[in-house]
Amino acid sequence: MTVTEALASGPGSSVPEAGGHAVTTQARNKGLRRAVRPALAMAPFVIYTVLGLGIPTLAVIEEAFRSDTGKLTLANVHTVMHGTYRLGFLNSILLAAITSVVPGILGVFLAYAIETSRSGVLRRLVATASGVLANFGGINLTFMFIATLGSTGVLTAWLSVAHLNPWNHGFNLYSFYGVAFVYLYFQIPLMVLVITPALGGLRPAWREAAENLGASSFRYWRTVGIPVLLPSVLGGMLLLFGSAFAAYATADTLTAGTVTLAPIQIGEVLNGNVISGEENIGYAIGLGMLIVLTITMVLYSLVRRRASRWLR
Amino acid sequence: MAALIPEIASEELLGVPRVESDPQRRRRPRIRFWRGIVLFFAGVYFLIPIYAGLRFSLQNDAGQFSLYAVRAIPSQVGFSAAFFLSLRLAAVTTVLTMVLMVPTATYVHLKLPRMRRVLDFVTILPIVIPPIVLILGVLHAAPLWLRSSPYLLSLIYVILALPFVYRSLDAGLSAIDLKTLVEASRSLGGKWVSTLLHVILPNIRAAMLSATVLTIALVLGEFTMASLDLWTTLPVWIYQFQQTDGHIATAVSMFSLIGTWVLLTVIVSVDRSQSRRSRRRTGTL
Repeated sequence: MTVTEALASGPGSSVPEAGGHAVTTQARNKGLRRAVRPALAMAPFVIYTVLGLGIPTLAVIEEAFRSDTGKLTLANVHTVMHGTYRLGFLNSILLAAITSVVPGILGVFLAYAIETSRSGVLRRLVATASGVLANFGGINLTFMFIATLGSTGVLTAWLSVAHLNPWNHGFNLYSFYGVAFVYLYFQIPLMVLVITPALGGLRPAWREAAENLGASSFRYWRTVGIPVLLPSVLGGMLLLFGSAFAAYATADTLTAGTVTLAPIQIGEVLNGNVISGEENIGYAIGLGMLIVLTITMVLYSLVRRRASRWLR
Repeated sequence: MAALIPEIASEELLGVPRVESDPQRRRRPRIRFWRGIVLFFAGVYFLIPIYAGLRFSLQNDAGQFSLYAVRAIPSQVGFSAAFFLSLRLAAVTTVLTMVLMVPTATYVHLKLPRMRRVLDFVTILPIVIPPIVLILGVLHAAPLWLRSSPYLLSLIYVILALPFVYRSLDAGLSAIDLKTLVEASRSLGGKWVSTLLHVILPNIRAAMLSATVLTIALVLGEFTMASLDLWTTLPVWIYQFQQTDGHIATAVSMFSLIGTWVLLTVIVSVDRSQSRRSRRRTGTL
């Protein structure tokens, strides 16, 4: 009996033609079912992710190399690497670099301050607060910061009482550095979330051992603490880099799309604010963003492997 | 990149076991001093904007205290349409995500443990691919009839929710003795569907709850895709409405922040009591 016959006879057929045959049929049916069932069970997930994730991503990559009339071309990629689009990428990378290194360092100090505190309430409060704030972005954050540091904001008013109105000293909330300042609001909590488990893995026994050997606090950090933590801190900063590089909503709503960043430029293309004949530029910017983020994530996984050597 | 965060957030929310620091550890006065300073500045930085947002919501144009913005929310043009659109999208997304992911995650845990690595990888992809690039591809690839429906957003939100929904379900399934439960149910004659509904689901309730709340929070706050797909969901409405009345727009936005915070706090405490109970149960066994 061949496999096709087994298929044709179906899983329900146990009517024996002859004793020996029935056994093999059933065995084969069972074997076949065993092979088909995992495929069937995984099918919905596989189909969904291919349609919802695979095809759109491939479409972006493919369209990046096509002209508006559908011909293969490198013109889009070329355009994106020059002029205003190049500036968009450089600004995005600079923004992501600033808002990963600064909150990365601040986040470590904050996480350490919380980790060493004895209050369980404080820890739990900070854990939930970080969970919420790290997810916080876009329109809500924009409004809060306009109410705080906008030209009539609360903090602006307080500071101008002390003749320190930041707007009179070159500060503009709706600019590149304004966006960077606002990003700290979700980047610091994100760093706290990422780094807290690593700090928990810093065993007190190591510190005691160092102290028994006569090491000062500084020496302990220089030779034990920082080397152990460094891969985790770098990993956290890479995550922060990716998070800031890909963010669109906050920058767009805060500056009404006036700051030159790669994601904002994609938004402009999608909204139709583009020279005719350059509609496919958006895909090329998208491709560039995918490349930068892929590099970031590859570095992240390398650093993470190194981090897991000492921690956990 | 909003999608990046939930992975870590949910790990923290799910109470990933942590190494407790030694309670006997000596307190250094110097550390206590600088810890105070760090916490003070962090508190100032994180609380002032919240205070400012709340204050602005509770003010009228003359800058006096007033509840007019809060009272006026429901009667604003387009508010209820946007709010209910967001709620519908949240409901559809949640149901789709659960129907897709609960059987898949269960099956993989039970029969295909090798596939867990593949699933880990696939469900991390939405973190690498930013929403702005994904919507670009979706709007290009989706057929016209789908592009004209708001539920296209729900279909993509399922993808955005994958990273933390899968992680949350994965943790929930790892915490129970799935194999024994399923074998017991099957040997008592239970069919697969009833095993899933009556045996597995009740046992991963907490994981499903946290996945659901995170999904809802994601859908209610998502701005990038909704605005570029030209649907007026709640965040898009808030953004457009600020030109009409900034106080009302800010009030709505503060409400959604507080709502999310309360919901997340609730899941964390539900989760905590759940894990405490299960620990006690295994302790007595």
